[in-house]
This record gives sequence, structure tokens and C-alpha cells, in this order.
Amino acid sequence: MTQLLGTGFTNPVLSSQSTFRAVIDALALPGSIQPVARTATGPDPLSPCAAAVALSLVDQDTPVWLDQSLASDAIAGWLRFHTGAPITADPANCAFALIGDPANAPAFARFQLGTSDYPDRSTTILLQVDSLTAGPSWTLAGPGIRGTQHFQASPLPPNFAERIAANNALFPCGVDLLFAADDCVAALPRTSRLIGAS
Amino acid sequence: MNAPVYNFAYLDEQTKRMIRRAILKAIAIPGYQVPFASREMPMPYGWGTGGVQVTAAIVGPDDILKVIDQGSDDTTNAVSIRKFFARTAGVRTTTSTGDATVIQTRHRIPETPLHAGQILVYQVPIPEPLRFLAPRETETRRMHALSEYGLMHVKLYEDIARHGHIATTYAYPVKVDSRYVMDPSPIPKFDNPKMNDSPALQLFGAGREKRIYAIPPHTSVVSLDFEDHPFERYRHEATCAICGAVDSFLDEVVTDDSGGRMFVCSDTDYCATQGPHEVKRV
Repeated sequence: MTQLLGTGFTNPVLSSQSTFRAVIDALALPGSIQPVARTATGPDPLSPCAAAVALSLVDQDTPVWLDQSLASDAIAGWLRFHTGAPITADPANCAFALIGDPANAPAFARFQLGTSDYPDRSTTILLQVDSLTAGPSWTLAGPGIRGTQHFQASPLPPNFAERIAANNALFPCGVDLLFAADDCVAALPRTSRLIGAS
Repeated sequence: MNAPVYNFAYLDEQTKRMIRRAILKAIAIPGYQVPFASREMPMPYGWGTGGVQVTAAIVGPDDILKVIDQGSDDTTNAVSIRKFFARTAGVRTTTSTGDATVIQTRHRIPETPLHAGQILVYQVPIPEPLRFLAPRETETRRMHALSEYGLMHVKLYEDIARHGHIATTYAYPVKVDSRYVMDPSPIPKFDNPKMNDSPALQLFGAGREKRIYAIPPHTSVVSLDFEDHPFERYRHEATCAICGAVDSFLDEVVTDDSGGRMFVCSDTDYCATQGPHEVKRV
């Protein structure tokens, strides 16, 4: 049974806290790479890092949407068992989206974008990537960044710069992106602009 | 840790996750007030329940916590909150601004410049800067959505019309990242410039009003003003009677019933690190 489900946090309290602090640092310093300890193992192909981030943030209050690469009974069952999160098939209705195949990620506008009165009611998209030190490289600017910041991730959704620009234009609405590599996270909140390739 | 009946840092895990999600959205939308399901805490509203909940959601065993109340580490509010986390989280505490990783504050920003990696948690009584101008929540929410901040400028203008200068001295409204007008909590306007481009992450928690908001590091924070009445810091024209500091925010202390008074640093840690100085009556 354990093998089928994958494990949750060995220490739910302290592992959620340390994982959350990596995510908060990533979001407060967009583009920076924050280490995440290996504290949980989800079913393949969910990476341990993405699994830890999901365990630290989702619960019964947050509908989760899974992309095609992650929409397996094993992963849905693991999430339901360890977090109680409802799994939704409608991206416009999810608080968190887990994307295992960023190259085929749906348009960000298909997710919940928030409203001008409640811009916080928008989807946080967790993209599982192979690397945060390879792939196309970008220069970021925006709150949290002193001057400019280098950002790299691979693989990324096609037309990444256009997608981010379109998301920026929705401010204060828009989605927030988390990138989970093997043992680290990075983030692009809706305020981060791609000001050029580097 | 000698309060084992409680979870680490008092709050249950589901509450912490809810607060953590609110904090993440607050960072993503600088200056916007994120509603959250504030809990009853074992202290009354007005004693920093918002700040305590934010601290409880972020603090970990590796953190070093500092708590200040009006700049002081040794007033009732600061001591009781510091003890609360020492008991429920077993977290190390300090009074040194430089050593702390998490600083919870009521109504001051420390004089010692903050550094990258630190988190400053403000206790906020009234998070809505427009509340006294438009009492209805639906109305102020709409005003924020439309960036309709003319009323706030009218309020500041009325100060000028009545007093000849902007007489707002604390909770002085700021605009964050050129978008949201935000209440910086009742810090003196002397502290306002410290929020701009700060290397530290700033989180604001209002327990009774159930709001969390944030300023990410290196974010522009501009105090509202007019071209012909620019924002000005205010500081008593005096030196600290204890340490002799000429650059810190001062409290005026009445010492007798015949007009005697002295000025001392409001930030006790800063004062203590300035070295001794002969006490003088002004």
C-alpha cells in the first residue's frame, strides 16, 4: 500500500515549514534558486521536490488540477490521501495546478486569474522542470529583484515570453508560477517581467 | 519547549497552510490585502494576533526571533510574544536586530538597517488605509480595484488646509510598487523611508480585521505627498539622553511635574549598542 501511494512527509510539521520557507524565499526573490530538502516521495513521474511543495501548500480547501502527464490514479490518490485536496478537471476552478510536462502547458489564461476585487483568488501553477540552470535564459525585473535577475529553466512552455507578458498585463490579476527542479524551487510571481533574453 | 500539548508554534497545520497560502499571494500582489481566516489566539485582539499568526506560520526551529513593541524589546507585549514562541516552538530568541532572522514588530522599524534573508512581521490594527474615508468594505475594495485613491489625497490636502502641513504623523499612507495604497501600520512616518527598497521581506498581519499583506524585498514604497508639500520625516530635535544618538527616533519621557523631560531612543537595541553616554536633562 505504501509503495502504491508514495510517502508523505516523514515529519509533517517541520518538513512543511522548511519547504514553505523555500517557496516564500523563491517568491520573494523571483528567479532565485532555493534548495528544497528531499522529504517526501510522490508516485512517478511526480518529482520529490514537486511532491514536497504540493504537500506543504494544498489541502481540502484547494482544488488541484493535474496536467495530462500527472493525471494518473496513483498521483490523484496520493494527493487525496496525504492532503485531502479535491482533484478538479477544470483548470478555471483550481487553486493549484501541477504541470509535469511544461512544454505542453495549457495557456495560463485558462486558469483562475482572480478578479480586480479579489486578485488573490488565482491559480498558483507548479511546473515540474528538469533544470533551473539549463535551457533558455532570461533577465527578470520587478518587485523582489534588486536591479535585474537571471532566470533559467528547462523545459519551458512554448512562447514563454509572450505568456509572461500577457500575464503581467493582467496585473493585479494573473497566475503565479513555481518551478520545481530536482532539489530546488524558483518562482515567477505575476509581477516579474522578462526584460530580455540573456 | 515546555508546552507539549500544542503543535509546533501553537497553530494547527491546516491553519498554517491557509496562512502560508495567503502570504504567498500577498507577496505576489505587493500591498494588496489578502483576506484570511484569522483564528482566535490565546491573547486578545489588539495584542498582535495578526502578527503572531504570521510569525507562527513562517517560523522554524532554525530561526532566531526578535519581538519589539514601539521599538522596545522589554515591554509587556514584546516579552509575552517572545515567551509565547519560546514555549510553543522552542525557537531561539534575541534582542539584537542583526542576529534575528524573524522580527515581529509593533509600530516601529528597527534603526539598524535590515539585511537580506530577514523577515519583518508587522502587527496591524487597521489594515485598510481608506477605512476612515469610506467605512464600507465593498466600497474600499472597489476603490483599490480601480486605483481610485483621490480621496486619500483629499485627506492629506485637508491636513495642509487646516494645519499648513501634512499633519499625519503615523500610519502615513504609502503606495507600493506604483499600484496599491497601503497602510504601513502605525509606525511613525520617520520609519516610512526604511520600507522602500528594503533587502528584507516585510509581512503585515491584521488579526481582528483578517488581512495579510506584504512588501517583497527591493520594492518601491513611496509615501504619498504633493509636489509643493513633499513628504518629510519627523524627529524631535534632540539627542538621546542615554546613548547620545542624533539619528534615531526618540521618545519623549516626562520626568517630573514641573516640565522636566528627556528624550530617549525608542529602539532599545539600537540604544544599547551605541555605547554609554552621560544622562542629561534637556
